[in-house]
Amino acid sequence: MKHKIYTEHLGTFKSYIIGFILSLLLTFSAYFLVTEKWLHSQTTALILAALALTQALIQLVFFLHLGQERTPYWNLQTFLFMLGVLFIIVLGTLWIMHNLDYQMM
Amino acid sequence: MGTASHAGTGQETYERTVFGFWVYLMTDCILFATLFATYVVLQNNLNGGPSGKELFHLPFALSETLILLVSSFTSGLAVMAAQNLKKVPTLTWLGATFLLGLAFIILEVTEFTHLVQEGNSWQRSAFLSSFFTLVGTHGAHITSGLLWILVMLFQIAFRGINIASLRRVACLGLFWHFLDVIWIFIFTIVYLMGAL
Amino acid sequence: MFGKLTLDALKHGPIESGVSYSVGIVAIIVITLLFYFKGWEGLWKGWITTLDPKRIGRMYLIVSLLMLFKGVVDAGMIRAQLAFSVGESHGYLESNHFQQIFTAHGTSMIFFVGMGVVFGLLNIIVPLQIGARDVAFPFLNSLSFWLFSVGAILVNLSLMVGNFSGAGWLPYPPLSELQYSPDVGIDYWIWSVQIAGIGSLLSGVNFFVTILKMRAPGMTLMRMPLFTWSALNAMVLVIFAFPILTVALALLSLDRTLGMHFFTTDGGGNPMLFVNLIWAWGHPEVYILILPFFGVFSEVVSTFSEKRLFGYTSMVWALAAITFLSFLVWLHHFFTMGAGANVNAFFGVMTMLIAVPTGVKVFNWLFTMYGGRIHFKTPMLWFLAFIFIFGTGGMTGVLMAIPPADYQVHNSLFLIAHFHSMVIGGVLFGFFAAYSYWFPKVFGFTLNEKIGRYAFWCWFMGFILAIMPLYVLGMMGATRRLDHYDASTGWQPLYIVAAVGIIFIVLGVILQNIQLLASIAERRRNRDYTGDPWNGRTLEWATSSPPKFYNFAFVPEVHGRDAFWSMKQAEKAGGEHEHHYEAIHMPKRSGMGFYIGMWVFLLGFGLIWHIWWLVALTFLGMLIFTIIRLSDDEPEQLIPASKIKRIDLTKRHVHNGHS
Repeated sequence: MKHKIYTEHLGTFKSYIIGFILSLLLTFSAYFLVTEKWLHSQTTALILAALALTQALIQLVFFLHLGQERTPYWNLQTFLFMLGVLFIIVLGTLWIMHNLDYQMM
Repeated sequence: MGTASHAGTGQETYERTVFGFWVYLMTDCILFATLFATYVVLQNNLNGGPSGKELFHLPFALSETLILLVSSFTSGLAVMAAQNLKKVPTLTWLGATFLLGLAFIILEVTEFTHLVQEGNSWQRSAFLSSFFTLVGTHGAHITSGLLWILVMLFQIAFRGINIASLRRVACLGLFWHFLDVIWIFIFTIVYLMGAL
Repeated sequence: MFGKLTLDALKHGPIESGVSYSVGIVAIIVITLLFYFKGWEGLWKGWITTLDPKRIGRMYLIVSLLMLFKGVVDAGMIRAQLAFSVGESHGYLESNHFQQIFTAHGTSMIFFVGMGVVFGLLNIIVPLQIGARDVAFPFLNSLSFWLFSVGAILVNLSLMVGNFSGAGWLPYPPLSELQYSPDVGIDYWIWSVQIAGIGSLLSGVNFFVTILKMRAPGMTLMRMPLFTWSALNAMVLVIFAFPILTVALALLSLDRTLGMHFFTTDGGGNPMLFVNLIWAWGHPEVYILILPFFGVFSEVVSTFSEKRLFGYTSMVWALAAITFLSFLVWLHHFFTMGAGANVNAFFGVMTMLIAVPTGVKVFNWLFTMYGGRIHFKTPMLWFLAFIFIFGTGGMTGVLMAIPPADYQVHNSLFLIAHFHSMVIGGVLFGFFAAYSYWFPKVFGFTLNEKIGRYAFWCWFMGFILAIMPLYVLGMMGATRRLDHYDASTGWQPLYIVAAVGIIFIVLGVILQNIQLLASIAERRRNRDYTGDPWNGRTLEWATSSPPKFYNFAFVPEVHGRDAFWSMKQAEKAGGEHEHHYEAIHMPKRSGMGFYIGMWVFLLGFGLIWHIWWLVALTFLGMLIFTIIRLSDDEPEQLIPASKIKRIDLTKRHVHNGHS
């Protein structure tokens, strides 16, 4: 190669290690929360969701380097828009199907 | 802001391709979101059959999770090595990712086979249809990734790291990390929440 | 050995057999002519393996226009049936066949005409408008076209081998499940749409990246032409909606092929889930179809009013608002499926909201005309018809957004009249405006205005006669997809009026064909030498007609909106400056898009007929060819500066030959 390509999100070894260790911790926390039955199942479910979202965020930042690009941050913008559509579709589907279930079953 | 629009400079092609691949991953997120929504809607339609609580082995799922997590880590190291133009470390970390990914698939196929042999196939109930489809689609993506890693191993072994293989490894890295993020939600929603 | 395929699949009624034989004869004639004129090499090198979006776009349009012809014939058959199928008479079509006809009509029109003309136009115009030489991923572009064509081929193949679906353009379960539709019709539908849908998704990514990353220097987002803005918004919709379609179709095919229970009536399945998912895609889909044509009208109105577009910023925001809102309204397609009042109310309100930004656009177009110097060329005529038809049709949409009102007219001809107003008045008339507007750019000569006007009036009158009675019929209780009715309903006179409307439309189509032939005959007289026959405002008019294969020898520098208009003003003031020609990278031709497409065609055929060895073989073939193509390190060629200079200085492009 004649010249180095400026690759926007050059991850550092440190970022991968941090991401890996944090993900490990979050995974084990979630696992033992369920197997050891420390809390009620409803509370557990909420905490599991929070742990999953946190770990996803960790991996998005430390592995996928989200938000570390130059302006105009196209990756981040498309990701956020996708997230918006995702919530609309998933929550919308759950609301609609639950409502139909209630009305019709 | 626009860039000069003639095709050709490695930098521009790299940026365009990696961004385009990111956008494709966004579409894949919607695909999985739809499968997740379907799973949540149908997960209690057991048709008199077993539920997740009865079927899933959490330690097994944990092993799969840890294997995939380590593989995501090694894939990151592979991308870094490629960006530093280091051929042997790149091949090493790609190879490690492959082996871990293969282990993951073997475990998953084992789980699926076991379920089918006990009569709990995708035909048993809507719940099982959605389970096999959601987890199976993820597995199909991982399998494609394994094939991709093999192709990259060959390309880099014979052609070295050039602009094209660097671009492809970058996309592969994104793909592999993304699959681990999806797996976080499968592990949580299907296995962990299923056991509550 | 051949799965479900037997010789019985080739047995058909007189109409289908007639069509199959005609298609066969035409194919033989075309192949013979190709041999006679030694055209194979030109066809292969110039068209099948091209990665030039201007050519790929034209191929999309050719396929779309063929499917439009088929769709109009289907419509004619439906109207002919209903004009006479009253009381004792049951018309000339069997119910089974009638169902396949209205299914094929809708499927062809939405997927293969609508999406085809959208991507056709985007291919031809977007790179030119943003001052680029190509799209972001030229090979992917070719692959998308071939996947689209494979979908169209499969739909047409069902006419000759087996049968098509009779479950409507969106096949709801339980009807579309194996229990009630055991034959291959639904599978033909699933795979043709799924394959074409993947093509669309890939194009969505392609044009999204193209518009964001390949604009000419100085062209900020707020300096882009409205057509490009509308394309960007449509691509956002494609990117985030098509994966839902992919899943919905996959789940239905898994039910049918692997015995799964997503939407079955037994095993815990939920048919309503299909309706929910398919419309979560389906609503954004209709906006994907219309937004580019809103963009077309913005260009047409400002050009033919000799005035810059009124309210550019609000037009951009209106597009964004429509795009966002279109993800929030999908339940209005199934108000009557049984959801409660609060769910229906939410979606009803959101649906009414989406009319607001659309209204903003309509007023801005009209304000653009006000005070302008208006030229009533055919594109403007199509625009004015659009305002009337889309406006009234849109209002019926707002009416149906109110759930209790919708309960009265859901699935009646009132609904049919509404969406035909939107699709014909908006998408089709928008396409005809685009066709007459950009024809000189693509082919180098203008179309015959007079015949164009006659064609327009036939289409407009035909539409009014064909569709307006349907509003009344719907209010009188006539439901959709009906193939027979009682004389006591009093519906027949209106159905007859509708049939007359189709005759006018067919006349319009004939006139458009005559227009094309006449224009070709007179092309030397109507040659466009300037590249700018309408005194246009945007960059596509800064190229020759037709443009050279590389679009721009010198990448334009943009300093404001209506970039070309400013360039022309600057030229009047200052004159041109010397340019130094540079070498240009362009993609090499590639047959891989075509080859992979052919593997996918056979794969689709195998999946439809359950020929599993064929499925395995073709899947492998597709995979291997994909890997080969994606491992190609040298897909580009360098065109030397001397060659660019030579081509650029050619005064007139007599034919479209290039390397």
